[in-house]
Amino acid sequence: MQLNAIKAVPKSIRRSLAPALIVTTREVRDQFRDWRIIFPVVGLTLFFPWLMNFTAAQAVGFVEKYGAPIVGDRLIPFLLMIVGFFPISVSLVIALESFVGEKERLSIEPLLSSPLENWQLYMGKLLASMCPPLAASYLGIVVYLIGVYFKVGWTPTPILLIEVILLTTMQAIMMVAGAVVISAQTTSVRAANLLASFIIIPVALLIQGEAIILFWARYSVLWWVILGEAMITVMLVRSGVTHFNREELLGRELDVLNIKWGWRIFKNSFIGVARNPIEWYRREVGQTIRRLWIPLVIMCLVIVAGLWIGASQAKVFPLPRDILNLNNLDQGFIEGLESIRFFSASGIGLVWLHNLRVIAIAIVMGIFTFGVLGALILMLPFAVIGYVMANVARVGLSPGLFFTALVLPHGVLEIPAIIIAGAGILQLGAVLLAPVKGKSIGEAWLCALADCAKIHLGLVLPLLAGAAALEVLLTPRLAVLFLGL
Amino acid sequence: MMISTRDLSKQFDQYWAVDGVDLQVEPGQVLALLGPNGAGKTTTVRMLTSVLIPTRGTAKIAGYDVVINPGRVRASVGVLTEQHGLYNRMPADEYLDFFGKLYGLDARRRKSRIDFLLDKFGLQEDRNKRLGEYSKGMRQKLALARALLHEPPVLLLDEPTSAMDPESARLVRGLIQGLRSESRAIIICTHNLSEAEELADQIAIIRRGKIIARGSPSALKQTLLGPAEYEVRLSETLNGKMLQLPGGAELSFTDSYSIRYRTREPERVNPIILDYLLGEGLRIVSLQEVPRSLEQVYLSAISASREKEAQDAA
Repeated sequence: MQLNAIKAVPKSIRRSLAPALIVTTREVRDQFRDWRIIFPVVGLTLFFPWLMNFTAAQAVGFVEKYGAPIVGDRLIPFLLMIVGFFPISVSLVIALESFVGEKERLSIEPLLSSPLENWQLYMGKLLASMCPPLAASYLGIVVYLIGVYFKVGWTPTPILLIEVILLTTMQAIMMVAGAVVISAQTTSVRAANLLASFIIIPVALLIQGEAIILFWARYSVLWWVILGEAMITVMLVRSGVTHFNREELLGRELDVLNIKWGWRIFKNSFIGVARNPIEWYRREVGQTIRRLWIPLVIMCLVIVAGLWIGASQAKVFPLPRDILNLNNLDQGFIEGLESIRFFSASGIGLVWLHNLRVIAIAIVMGIFTFGVLGALILMLPFAVIGYVMANVARVGLSPGLFFTALVLPHGVLEIPAIIIAGAGILQLGAVLLAPVKGKSIGEAWLCALADCAKIHLGLVLPLLAGAAALEVLLTPRLAVLFLGL
Repeated sequence: MMISTRDLSKQFDQYWAVDGVDLQVEPGQVLALLGPNGAGKTTTVRMLTSVLIPTRGTAKIAGYDVVINPGRVRASVGVLTEQHGLYNRMPADEYLDFFGKLYGLDARRRKSRIDFLLDKFGLQEDRNKRLGEYSKGMRQKLALARALLHEPPVLLLDEPTSAMDPESARLVRGLIQGLRSESRAIIICTHNLSEAEELADQIAIIRRGKIIARGSPSALKQTLLGPAEYEVRLSETLNGKMLQLPGGAELSFTDSYSIRYRTREPERVNPIILDYLLGEGLRIVSLQEVPRSLEQVYLSAISASREKEAQDAA
């Protein structure tokens, strides 16, 4: 059957993949000669699931004694996820060793001198780093399930099992693909291990999130997590394929942080050919905006998507009619509005700083997620607007009136500011995914950072300041006027 | 032309590691690329194997452009890298088999080539030993075997005999001579100047990314060290006789029993000098060209390049 499956793959693909599989076979065989890899993999495959079985049985017995069987019920699927995750955590170590270790030992050069294509070498190493830990993980899951069935008689639903397997697989690919991106930026395992925290910390947070979902028993939410992980994985693999090339691997000699060089690249890109601030504003900011037309379009689509998602949620989670009765606003709402300090200069500063804080968070999150989380954070207010407008419509009021009264007066400036900010953040992520001709990844990223700084300083900050002024001084008046508050 | 480069250049950030290198190597020729550490030899070799993309200029290997046909180029080249890059946990035959597969050799050919090369380099008995247990010399031999495995028409060898004992080094030099006679084009990068002189048809000296001297060893000697020097040894002293050298010869050294002179026309000048000395009743023990090493050529080229650089800077 397996042979038939292989035969079903077109011959050209098989022929292209063959060299990659030669690399995979060698590396896997090499891994099985290294006790430092075999020991943890075997331990996590056999001993750890047994330990988790023991833990599950003890926990179920303990909580049942105190009449809280739900805790045990929720713990078992959580442990299933953990049993799957632990062996794949080894894949990160293997990947760093395979990619950067080989670079450090200089054994990669004969490989690079062979007829292998860059992507074949990448794919071969990706599979080699992933397959043994994943096999161990699946085996661990089987061992755990058998044990837990015999000890407490629990079996997962097929959907939950598929979700856990998909989560485990996605996380393995994600970590390995992330390790490649890191490896491309370093020349030593030590440096790569230091940078690995960029993978370990987000994955640890992700596991905590998944744990909450599993204890909450909202297993359908896991599909969204799988989708999100798949998207990040695709982007990481795309980035890995882009940057795992001979030029990047051998062109980089040292891991020294060259601040002077970095500053020079940033400064030159930021100032450009401008001789004074007016010229800079006219020429450089203008050119940057024109250059960012694709991310600008994407941000517009993101905003539309936000409005649509928000509106669609209004059906699922409708607001109580009382809340939307303008004559019946509760005291908390009024106090909340007063805290904004309408019609005062300090209120303007407060709103401005709040918006700047959101933009700063979006930039930071965007840097770590190829711009995705940054864009999602900026999408959030629009989801809320969409949600409120849909609810307003549901109770028979005019959503257009709400929008005109509460959003549009300051949105005239704030919405363009958000679109521009988002475009800069998306561009920062995009340069990591697609190579910029004639520039190294570091150089391209610094130029994108300079572009981001340019549009923020030149446009986003002033627009948000203007929006804050309008929000504090004009919007309340128009709200009163239109809505008769 | 098996190896041909024109204005081959590579820039890293602001630094030109290789700048305008022109090389031509025909089948059956060996070119020795000499130069101090960091001169650009490794970068040149990496561009010739399509590992690095040239910033400027072109290079063709066995008729394939290094930018347009990188796969074909790499399949046509056997490379011995400066660092051997062996996998310590692998046995020798498995290591060669792995690379044989990557170069697309079928199982039968792989086996015969591996047997032949392990035999040739005296590694047959150690073929099942893990490479981590190999000595430096054995590792060097195995890396060389890897470069020769797919019988490439072009060989780029970085320090092919470093770390080898004299016997192994002689074996490798013999092998390179043999490969040359099989019409392969070979570039060797080496600091061993006597080896370069023994093997190379052409020498190219590279410094700071630029070729500062190029030609056959004898032509380079002529250009950089001046006319050939000849020494006449006598069996008796000159007894203060003033030597009358013919036109085209320049006296460089003399003592009681020997005379040294330089000339560009030995065929004309040497017989005249011999006739003169015999006519003076002097008895001659020998007449020979004073050997000049490639080291002198190399040092002279480097020093001339440094001086030129200093002048340009001034």
